Amino acid sequence: MKVIKTRIGRRSFIKSSLLSGGGMMLGFNWLLSCDMNPTKVKALPKEWFEINGFLKIGENGLVTIMSPNPEIGQNVKTSMPMIVAEELDVDWNDVLVEQAPLNTSIFKRQLAGGSQSIRQGWESLRMAGAAAKTLLIQAAAETWGVPASEITAVKGQLLHKATGKKAGFGTMASKAAQLEVPEEITLKDSSDFTIIGTSRRNVDGSKIVTGKPIFGLDYKADNMLIAMLVHPPAFGMQLKSIDDSETKKMPGIKKVFKMKKHLDNYTLGGLDIDAFNEVAVVVGNSTWEVLQAKKVLKCEWELAPEKSKESESWGRKITVKTPAGLESSDTHYAILDGMSQKKAKIVRKDGDPDGMFKKAAKIIERSYTCPFLAHNTLEPMNFFADVTDEKAVLVGPIQTPEIMEKSVSKRLGMPLEKIDIQMTRMGGGFGRRLYGHFLTEAAVISKEMKQPVKLIYTREDDMTQGTYRPSYHALYRAALDEDNNLIAFHVRAGGIPESPLAANRFPAGALAHYKAEEWSQPSNITVGAFRAPRSNFIAGAEQAFLDEVAEAAGKDPIDFRLKLLDRAEKNPVGENNDYEASRYAGVLKLVKEKANWNTKDPNVYRGTAAYFCHNSYVANVLDMVIEKGKPIVQKVYCAIDCGIVVNPDAATNLAEGGVVDGIGHAMYSAITFKEGAPEQNNFDNYRLIRHDEAPKDIEVHFVESDIHPTGLGEPPFPPIMGAMANALYRATGRRYYNQPFITDKALIG
Amino acid sequence: MSTFRLNINGTIREVNADPSTPLLWILRDHLDLVGTKYGCGIAQCGACTVHLNGTAVRACQLPVASLESEKIITIEGLSEQGEHPVQKAWIAHDVPQCGYCQAGQIMSAAALLASNSKPSDEDIDAAMRGNICRCGTYTRIKKAIKTAANS
Repeated sequence: MKVIKTRIGRRSFIKSSLLSGGGMMLGFNWLLSCDMNPTKVKALPKEWFEINGFLKIGENGLVTIMSPNPEIGQNVKTSMPMIVAEELDVDWNDVLVEQAPLNTSIFKRQLAGGSQSIRQGWESLRMAGAAAKTLLIQAAAETWGVPASEITAVKGQLLHKATGKKAGFGTMASKAAQLEVPEEITLKDSSDFTIIGTSRRNVDGSKIVTGKPIFGLDYKADNMLIAMLVHPPAFGMQLKSIDDSETKKMPGIKKVFKMKKHLDNYTLGGLDIDAFNEVAVVVGNSTWEVLQAKKVLKCEWELAPEKSKESESWGRKITVKTPAGLESSDTHYAILDGMSQKKAKIVRKDGDPDGMFKKAAKIIERSYTCPFLAHNTLEPMNFFADVTDEKAVLVGPIQTPEIMEKSVSKRLGMPLEKIDIQMTRMGGGFGRRLYGHFLTEAAVISKEMKQPVKLIYTREDDMTQGTYRPSYHALYRAALDEDNNLIAFHVRAGGIPESPLAANRFPAGALAHYKAEEWSQPSNITVGAFRAPRSNFIAGAEQAFLDEVAEAAGKDPIDFRLKLLDRAEKNPVGENNDYEASRYAGVLKLVKEKANWNTKDPNVYRGTAAYFCHNSYVANVLDMVIEKGKPIVQKVYCAIDCGIVVNPDAATNLAEGGVVDGIGHAMYSAITFKEGAPEQNNFDNYRLIRHDEAPKDIEVHFVESDIHPTGLGEPPFPPIMGAMANALYRATGRRYYNQPFITDKALIG
Repeated sequence: MSTFRLNINGTIREVNADPSTPLLWILRDHLDLVGTKYGCGIAQCGACTVHLNGTAVRACQLPVASLESEKIITIEGLSEQGEHPVQKAWIAHDVPQCGYCQAGQIMSAAALLASNSKPSDEDIDAAMRGNICRCGTYTRIKKAIKTAANS
């Protein structure tokens, strides 16, 4: 048991009704028309008692827990309430979950990104549950006239053992709701957990399978109009003029106008995308009518000049230069190739790598590339806004409501207190919905129309709008001695418009002679964080290269890595090694064991990889077979160290998804450009992995751990790409260097 | 704009719309049935899958004018309480991640099982290939279909 003072996040426990402008916690009304909870045995209570900002208890013992963070499919909507419920000691069957609206007075970091929700929420969620339990015990103590220290709370029942007095949480809720926030609370030992570490089903499962209106695109309000945008057809172009003469005549159309996303004097924030700032807007009564009208809107485009804009992100002021011109993929690849041959900025150097390369008996040099990718969340970008002079109500799918609230406030010239942001469930995030320009756009359109508006991006609008995963290149060199031992390592990585290098990750720290360089090339194609930024390329490249080095050394690929990690653990080179070698080795050993790595089936071609990113470790073994001449992924083994696993089956689901996602993008997906225009705009020309291309079976194992949860949304995505490349080599005899592998012209031998 | 009478989930619904309006937008904008989702508009993603006289079809490709005598079932009509074997199997295997594709997945799976009660892996692959899951729940979907088939 851990006794802590409630000084951290104390405000979280203040009831929302006592705050100015409060009461937002209970205001999310539109869902109440749905059957909230068809599987629970208890009916909804007559009255709810708000114990603190995170939870309220009904007189019948039902507990509603607010899930603070945005839900993108990572299932924090189940696991965050599980953590609260654990410390509250309520029966999970008596728990209802509601999505909390944005409320920065009560909740910290209502953000989905960086695989940080559980990691950063761990303590405050536990405190919220424990504080409420303390108040319930205190209420019982006062009611019964006995010391609080003699009362236990288990599964929603309070008990004073000595006298046999007992009561459910529901009985004490109204009294507990009137008590002061406790000074000290007790947190459980992880060995006493009865909810955390057990598998619980998705709290929205029944709503999802019955088609209830829970996504942003589903949201409706009275008097609501539909809006769509028309943006330039190519990066490096801008809007010159619009001819709406045909469009205005179309049935159901209310207005056509030009709109600037950012005003001219606006300083960009870290999540503001600066492409296609001026667009055409079509507003009408229904989606189909607006789609038809959009088709006949005539827009004139012109070349955009080079731009220089002030940007302030995370406290740093920088000038962002956007080049002019219409870029094409063949130029991009020529740049990737050319820049990789030039000396770049040295980020890390250990020992004398240049000297060792000169002395090497053999040098292995390989280059890897990947294309731009579109996030392609299955629910396209959309947002609802109802802006009046008094307030702005915004409802929809957003990963960063707190940051966007500030952008909207600036754009509308409206103070924060007048802005209310409600988060719907999201049909995918993957980083795309960090950049909430669509909130600002919807707000501006609603203000212009003086009516509620839902802004919708079509798939084509969404896929060609930008905010892509950058295109990267990595050049690796390994120096070997006469016995094929690895004596020096060199990586030079770069990209358009940013570098993917993580200079302090393995094998840095394991090698006496190591050099890491990076470069970048500006572009007017806009980019954004894509699930495990930078890692989502460099992991696969690095792990494929290590496979070649291990092969040249005549070593088993897993043992080869374990030997290097052993060195990194016992006798690390340099400082700032961004990983714990023993935990990294731990996942490799676990996957080796679970995959029966030492049994060889001549018909099964096995590839392995491992990576550390976003605070967690993942190792894979991928088993490939050839069926009718085609490589098939028969099975994938995953070993993961992410600390305490809150919801094992949901965590397994997330890891499975990361594996499928990684294989899919490495194999099939790419955005290419011709004269600034994306050449893909829908799923008939942009390929996503499909049902029959997914692994036939995926097995996930978690390292048993007492470490506080470290994150799982991103870590399972990068390494599988390396395992895929390595398995392909064994299955086909060819190495694959350029994603997407389906179009790679690989070198032979 | 014309008036059309449609048979949706066993009830006749009257809508006033342009004859070219796809069923997808009739459902979502005119009838408040938003379980059928928009993902691509060109029958490539399967999120808009409904049953037309028992066959799985993409609602984004069906103009309302062609639907007057047809029996249409949407996800809301499969079983509002979630009692259909496919829905129960989806819950048992905790299939969804973000959940956006799942109504379409369920409709495709339900149609498959209605015409083929013991599908092979190849049958499942062929029937489900048109439904994209961006979150990658494909292995769970296959397990859930087999559970539903055996129930």
